[in-house]
Amino acid sequence: MKEFVVLSGKGGTGKTTITAAFAVLAKNAIVADCDVDAPNLHMILHPKLLETQEFSGSKLSIIDEIKCVKCGLCRERCRFDAIKDNLTINPFSCEGCGVCVVVCPVKAITMVERVSGYAYISRTKYGFMAHALLSPGESNSGKLVTLVRQNSKMLAQRKRSDLILIDGPPGIGCPVIASVTGTSAGLVVTEPTMSGIHDLERALELLSYFHVSPFVCVNMYDINKDNTKKIVSFCNEKNIDVVGKIPFNPVVTESMVNGRTTVEYAPESDVAKEMERMWIKILSSLKI
Amino acid sequence: MIVSVASGKGGTGKTTIAVNMALSLRNVQILDCDVEEPNVHLLLKPKISEEKTVYIWAPKINENLCDLCGKCAKFCQYNAIFVGSEEAIFFPELCHGCGGCTLVCPKRAITEERHKIGTLKFGYVGDLELVYGELEVGKPLAVPVIKEVKQCIKKDKITILDCSPGVSCPVIETVNGSDFCVLVTEPTPFGLHDLKIAVRVLEKMGIPFGVIVNRANIGNKQVYEYCKENDAPILLEIPFERKIAELYSKGIPFCLEIPKWKEKFETLFNDIRKLVDE
Repeated sequence: MKEFVVLSGKGGTGKTTITAAFAVLAKNAIVADCDVDAPNLHMILHPKLLETQEFSGSKLSIIDEIKCVKCGLCRERCRFDAIKDNLTINPFSCEGCGVCVVVCPVKAITMVERVSGYAYISRTKYGFMAHALLSPGESNSGKLVTLVRQNSKMLAQRKRSDLILIDGPPGIGCPVIASVTGTSAGLVVTEPTMSGIHDLERALELLSYFHVSPFVCVNMYDINKDNTKKIVSFCNEKNIDVVGKIPFNPVVTESMVNGRTTVEYAPESDVAKEMERMWIKILSSLKI
Repeated sequence: MIVSVASGKGGTGKTTIAVNMALSLRNVQILDCDVEEPNVHLLLKPKISEEKTVYIWAPKINENLCDLCGKCAKFCQYNAIFVGSEEAIFFPELCHGCGGCTLVCPKRAITEERHKIGTLKFGYVGDLELVYGELEVGKPLAVPVIKEVKQCIKKDKITILDCSPGVSCPVIETVNGSDFCVLVTEPTPFGLHDLKIAVRVLEKMGIPFGVIVNRANIGNKQVYEYCKENDAPILLEIPFERKIAELYSKGIPFCLEIPKWKEKFETLFNDIRKLVDE
């Protein structure tokens, strides 16, 4: 079984659009949407919900005002500035470490589990899907990503699927690392802009740091052909395969508005054709 | 006054808007809090005048004093310490740097040492001050780097904070304490879906906000209906124009080439100020 992750560094370069197309082309792959704080893949793949799991990723400190002697030790020792001047907890800053519980001389502080989101198992037209939604303002998206990946592996075993397709979150921090570790290969989707190039380099560094084989795709490559050339020659130097150059075409937004994948909504478009070519190249490299 | 620029969905134009707004105002500093993928400096091209390393404190276990009691591992909420029958192992990439393990160790076998997790960079473009953070590749903790960036907020200036995409910890950390948050969206189903999530977060945090619709002529009209129904003020619309897209791809803020936009961003800021005063 292989895990293939689509990521980007920079947001909005087309990760989800491309993952959705791959989900159609792959046939019987398990799809995992690991962008748990702003998931979008379900809007294209229309999963039917089979199972919901409550996710409790962290704890939250609670101060008992009656027991509290207002000594302020907790506030002094909290490294996350989560205890306000009036000695109440700011839930947005509390990381649930438990230091305040240890230092409180009168045992006025306890920790409670916080429900930070939900993980889902669903069925789509194209196979099974693991996804999740972090509750607004909650932390620990990395742990929720790990849960989604566990679910996707369980699905892959049960359904005898040999491929898991992961739609990753933007950035390179905690949830991205949780999406990337242990995968066989990753596709970095970039765009020919200065930001796109900068973020591509950091995303590639991340893949190399975690020993994941990289592929690159330039989306909307014709917006700035000079920058596309720069990306291609940069990748050539590093021996990284640029598996696709997708042209700018409003049909991509149109298919999204219609809630469909581009390869189904406009199968004859240049975009859909390029996505298919790209998928064939990736499949042969993955040796599935 | 502190104005943060956030979005939910990535790639909607946060950085473009933050930079163009900063260039259209006076007495302003821009702080790039997207420390995973900072981009503001690519558009502003400042001369970096100073750099500062960002550390977190992480435990160092003295093997000679440790009796493998396991209290530290039991305490650690992030599973960053594993105590086996022969040694205690520390996983720095899981550590949040709370310092709790040093407190619970009965043998005082744990001290702390600094771990580098990022860099802060400082620069100027004319009068405009820029500070940005850069998370080390492979390090998961963006929040402590963001906190350091936010230490540079000057109260006598207009501060513009550029957020990372999404709505999880890095965004919460950035917008926390803002007087106003600008939510940038695009009129597509993805844009609207993620805007709604961002709105829920800001409402929960009690931060006033308004919406900028970027690439206003693509997609559909649902985002406008949503804003109307939910009394979310639309502050500005920016059309999808090839010229704007090309300038962005080259790393040029479009208000420098199309001067009418400077006025629009000034008006935008005045509108925000009115909303904050209300």
